[in-house]
Amino acid sequence: MARITAGVATSHVPAIGAAQDSGKSSEPYWAPLFKGYEFSKHWVAANPPDVVFLVYNDHASAFSLEMIPTFAIGCAERFAPADEGWGPRPIPTISGHPELAAHIAQSVIQQDFDLTIVNRMDVDHGLTVPLSLMFGQPSEWPCRVIPFAVNVIQYPPPSGHRCFQLGKAIRRAINSFDEDLTVHIWGTGGMSHQLQGPRAGFINKEFDRRFLDRLVSDPDALARVPLIDYIREAGSEGIELVMWLIMRGALDSAVREIHRFYHVPASNTAVGHLILENTMLDR
Amino acid sequence: MRPNKPYSDVPGTTVFDADQARKGYHLNMFCMSLMKAQNRERFKKDESGYLAEWPMTEEQKQAVIARDYNRMIELGGNIYFLAKIFSTDGKSFVYAAALMTGMTQEQYTKMMLSGGRSPNDKLPIKENG
Repeated sequence: MARITAGVATSHVPAIGAAQDSGKSSEPYWAPLFKGYEFSKHWVAANPPDVVFLVYNDHASAFSLEMIPTFAIGCAERFAPADEGWGPRPIPTISGHPELAAHIAQSVIQQDFDLTIVNRMDVDHGLTVPLSLMFGQPSEWPCRVIPFAVNVIQYPPPSGHRCFQLGKAIRRAINSFDEDLTVHIWGTGGMSHQLQGPRAGFINKEFDRRFLDRLVSDPDALARVPLIDYIREAGSEGIELVMWLIMRGALDSAVREIHRFYHVPASNTAVGHLILENTMLDR
Repeated sequence: MRPNKPYSDVPGTTVFDADQARKGYHLNMFCMSLMKAQNRERFKKDESGYLAEWPMTEEQKQAVIARDYNRMIELGGNIYFLAKIFSTDGKSFVYAAALMTGMTQEQYTKMMLSGGRSPNDKLPIKENG
């Protein structure tokens, strides 16, 4: 039987990938950021997943305005790094898990969440930067990955509550897969940031700290925070944080916080990172 | 402006909602075309000629040529699509963000290194969404 053992939350700023790819990760600007993920690399090596269910958003790479799925699950055998306008990142191709992905799609749709099934898709920095932060620069990724793309570009994205409930449905789906697999669920994006208009550069450390605290210990209440509060308090692009609630919904109600890291800035963004382990008390 | 937009009074911010997306459809799809190297080359060689192939408004085309990102956003552009333009120019997100705030890149980078724009920062509330 497949089991979710842990959740990881992390920001997915494109400049982080660019810094790593161009060998700048030990420069003074970037070193403190990468230091925050050293523990995580050891942790994930000691607790390796067979599959990562990776919640992220596409940034006008695979999806344009022609089609805007609210929730899209990648069911392909493999996913290539997207060319985001300056050539694809020099990283390995990502292997999917078509059987588990198809099972999750069927199960979650039958639980009333109408997913879009994607059988061909390139994946951009939203998915690849978290992999690089957690696994470094391997010649092959050490596990399979199911990409799960959420629309947070055209307003409205799904509500925090919807995301949290979806996480629970994903958990039930994974638990009903008849193969022994260790699964991690990752929620990416955030934290507070705004990339557009005269308010660009907006950062709200207080909001971010409270969000991290509540995500760990009071996720039900956090999930009821309306979208407008994210725009006001976390910046227009900080609304990506609803994706972390999908991850949290798929975990036990009580989790162990293994690691926390917070850093400002990575180009325009506040970087937040959590590792949460299931306590297995719910089973 | 239509009612029921609780985000319309957020200062210095244009939320990319259905109305903006409708207004900016062709502008954003033009941006998307810059994902291809051969299109980038054609655009760089003759910006007006390339833009003439898109059913965008004259205002949108002028804003692109002027690289006026705030204006492009006002006219329906979304920053992740507009990023294809400044990437074509070899510029970064920090460059574009600084430009939109009216700061030099140096001032903007300094602000970010000292913790970013404070939530208490006073910005004028825009007049329309």
